[in-house]
Amino acid sequence: MLGEICRGLWLTLKHSFKNRVTVQYPDVKEEMPVGYRGLHKLLRWEDGLERCVGCKLCSAACPVDCIYVESEENDPEAPTSKGERYASIYEINELRCIFCGYCEEACPVGAVVLGNEYEFCQDDRGKFLYEKGDLIVERTEDYPELHARYDEKNLLTYV
Amino acid sequence: MIWLLIILGKVLVGFGGLLLLAAYMTWMERRVFALIQVRVGPNRVGPSGLLQPIADGIKLMFKETIIPAQADKVIYVLAPAVTLIPALAAFAVVPFGDSVTVFGQKVDLVVADVNVGILYIFAMAGIGVYGIVLGSWASNSKYPLIGGLRSAAQLISYELSLGMSLLGVVMISGTLSLKGIVEAQAGMPYIVLQPLGFLLFVICMLAETNRAPFDLPEAESELTGGFHTEYSSMHFAVYSIAEYCSMITLSAVGATFFLGGWRGPLLPPVLWFLIKVLAFMFFFMWLRASTPRLRYDQLMGFGWKVLLPLSILNVMLTAAAVVFLG
Repeated sequence: MLGEICRGLWLTLKHSFKNRVTVQYPDVKEEMPVGYRGLHKLLRWEDGLERCVGCKLCSAACPVDCIYVESEENDPEAPTSKGERYASIYEINELRCIFCGYCEEACPVGAVVLGNEYEFCQDDRGKFLYEKGDLIVERTEDYPELHARYDEKNLLTYV
Repeated sequence: MIWLLIILGKVLVGFGGLLLLAAYMTWMERRVFALIQVRVGPNRVGPSGLLQPIADGIKLMFKETIIPAQADKVIYVLAPAVTLIPALAAFAVVPFGDSVTVFGQKVDLVVADVNVGILYIFAMAGIGVYGIVLGSWASNSKYPLIGGLRSAAQLISYELSLGMSLLGVVMISGTLSLKGIVEAQAGMPYIVLQPLGFLLFVICMLAETNRAPFDLPEAESELTGGFHTEYSSMHFAVYSIAEYCSMITLSAVGATFFLGGWRGPLLPPVLWFLIKVLAFMFFFMWLRASTPRLRYDQLMGFGWKVLLPLSILNVMLTAAAVVFLG
């Protein structure tokens, strides 16, 4: 019995010289892997037009009903998106969202994607209601990691 | 007048140091555990998390004291103190350093040099368990009661062997005073003469302080905390401090009886004493991180059928050696 205890002690002693597995979180932040499902982003095309065409497929696919979309006709002179319509209201309740990724799977134009961002704590429930202005990116080129979220050849294109 | 100051100083240094050490043992335990479990441990409050015990203390002080409705309130509140006071008092007879000269007075670095010091320590350790049993009874809840009864049974079983394991040293040195025992180890520490006694002492020490693998009184997996299940706030903290104090005291007894107390080359005596106590404490923590808990019948069987006969054998062998070899 003493021998077994000594063996156990030796094992734990060996462990104490191993490299630590702890990530010192606020000081050290780990790079999220490809496919990580964090905060949503709404993307634009390279020419600056919004990808979202206000089709509401994301809203329909959402199992927890956290996406609300209202769409309007594009002004032919100065279109907002490449389709007939665009999303005039696009809201996601991030408290309700379960980050399943069905919205980005449903999206025919690769507009809504789940990004790498996971630090979006708030001190008020109301602040979790993300509106279009909070979600949309200024330049899609700034988020190269988001392009891995959808397969280019599955998208409907409006050229 | 000067003697009063000296006594006060000794009490302050002895007990203040003991309490501080007990608080920092919680930090050390968490760091050692983290070390073994390939983690980092508390490192946020102060450098290396060294202010963590203070932060924990403040947190516990501001927590609500919850007294169960069915509890015996007076005993429930007093029980932690019944455990803490003997745990602190037991340290009084342990010499933690050589004599020093203060204001032209020769001062022994021991709070009270009692000539039956080791008996006093056992008496205090025996009272300490009353706090646990009373607290568990006063909680009026089943898990604390089971924990308290286990603690009492365990203490009775292992205190015999603990006393016996030290008897060998007492026979060789011919004194019960801890100061005398340190003086008798000027040549070599008694661990050389009493290896079996040392082994028995270490095992019994673990059982006596309710530490793993003998931590049945507070077996968290089966008793949700054992005797202190119902305790919260400072009452819980007092139990916790008492546990660490008795660990330190028994470590100090072990260092005094087997490792030569404050004796050691080069470094100052107080530092040597601290190193030896901390080595014991590290062993406590290391063992807790490495061993599973015993089953209750294994605990009892081991105590009565293995440890007690072995310690009697050790006493008889030592006695024979003392008589025939001088």
